[in-house]
Amino acid sequence: MKEKQTLEENIKKLEKIVNELSSGKLGLGDSLKRYEEGIKLAQDCSFVLNEAQRKVEILMKKEGKFSLEKFDEK
Amino acid sequence: MAEKISDLFQAQGKLTKTRHIYSVSEITKDIKLILENTFGEVWIEAEISNFKAYESGHFYFTLKDEFAVLSAVMFSRANKELPFKIVDGLKVICFGSISVYGPRGQYQLIVEKMEPKGIGAQQLAFEQLKKKLAKEGLFDPVHKKPLPLMPFRVGIVTSISGAAVRDILQILKKGASCIDVVIRSVRVQGEFAAREIVAGITDLNEFKEVDLIIISRGGGSSEDLWSFNEEIVARAIYNSAIPTISAVGHQINITLSDLVADVFVETPSAAAKIIVDKKNTLLAQIDAQRQELFSSIAQIFYNLDKNLIALKHMLKSPLDRLLEKQQQLDELKSNLISQMRHYLGINQERARGLIEKLEALSPLAILSRGYSLSMLMPQGAIIKDSTKIKMGDIVKTILEKGAFVSSVREVIKNEGKTNP
Repeated sequence: MKEKQTLEENIKKLEKIVNELSSGKLGLGDSLKRYEEGIKLAQDCSFVLNEAQRKVEILMKKEGKFSLEKFDEK
Repeated sequence: MAEKISDLFQAQGKLTKTRHIYSVSEITKDIKLILENTFGEVWIEAEISNFKAYESGHFYFTLKDEFAVLSAVMFSRANKELPFKIVDGLKVICFGSISVYGPRGQYQLIVEKMEPKGIGAQQLAFEQLKKKLAKEGLFDPVHKKPLPLMPFRVGIVTSISGAAVRDILQILKKGASCIDVVIRSVRVQGEFAAREIVAGITDLNEFKEVDLIIISRGGGSSEDLWSFNEEIVARAIYNSAIPTISAVGHQINITLSDLVADVFVETPSAAAKIIVDKKNTLLAQIDAQRQELFSSIAQIFYNLDKNLIALKHMLKSPLDRLLEKQQQLDELKSNLISQMRHYLGINQERARGLIEKLEALSPLAILSRGYSLSMLMPQGAIIKDSTKIKMGDIVKTILEKGAFVSSVREVIKNEGKTNP
């Protein structure tokens, strides 16, 4: 959930930076700063999407309380 | 039983012989016996009319065809399991027994089973429920929630031992390994399936920590998939605050779950592919944005470079200025030289004269005219004043040709040129 929010926020930020930078209205200093920020955001987003650490769990409910059990895929 | 009936027919025969007077109840009881025992259980094809469902749960209606009508009742114990709704005009095949209802002097069919004619009971039920839910707006596109940009944690309501979960997990593992999965295992067919599926959807909503719920099972007969056509399942999907994907069966069958879910796909694999596609689309989009960032910054540099060239043209380079000055300097130098040469040429004659003049002033030239030069030795100081010498001093005198050394015999103070 947290990853999802961060990704959505980062993608919005990235879009904003791309628009700002392509408008050509920024000075050189600001442009470079925004460019660096943008590249960093793009890297972060790609990293999260390419991450290969997933969990598969089973949701159990006992007496109204939820618990997660590991699911064996084999 | 056959005995009893023949008895009754014999009694009928007796009617002509002796005068037997029945009470209404008695004759009704006999009619009841004859009718109920004669027909027993029957199948009747008819059209429904005057249908009424009573609060007691019993259904009362009339079965009719072109020429006749037959009263019918379906008690609640029998109609409870009826999948479809009885409505006037519905053509049905009923199974039941003829009975006589004494208090009204009426014979009627007590319906035990009913099925729609020409269409399966479940199909009819499906059509009826579909119509009802459509009318309520459950399939309305305005109620469809958009799927999240990227669901990082996906809930699956399905049987843990089924093929659906394996298909989904396999595709996610290969194509979108950043996705966590929470399985809520339920039975997906049979009597308890619908209730368990509903509980699964509700639990995942309560659990809250998933971004998307896939409701799924693999292919099967329409009976196998029936739970996904149940009203409670459709409503649970509709009421889910978390976006839903319905992925039930294999192609042909569209279930009510499919119609009510935010997105429906034909197979469990297709549900997983939606997520993989979302990931790939996002990655491509991010890559395009990275490219755009790069070309924007490149454009900025290109513009700067262009400006710089323009400025450079406006501003002469120091080297150019140096060369220019150097050239200027060279010109000046050559001018100066020729000027000097010219000047020197003009003055050569005058210089010669001057040199001659200078030569004339040399002491040696004076000597040639007969003058001599005396020096006090050993210092060699030229003697101009007689007071500076005394008797006995050694004097060297230079002549035009040669010289001699002498000793002073006498000093005379006032001879020759005198000092003032």
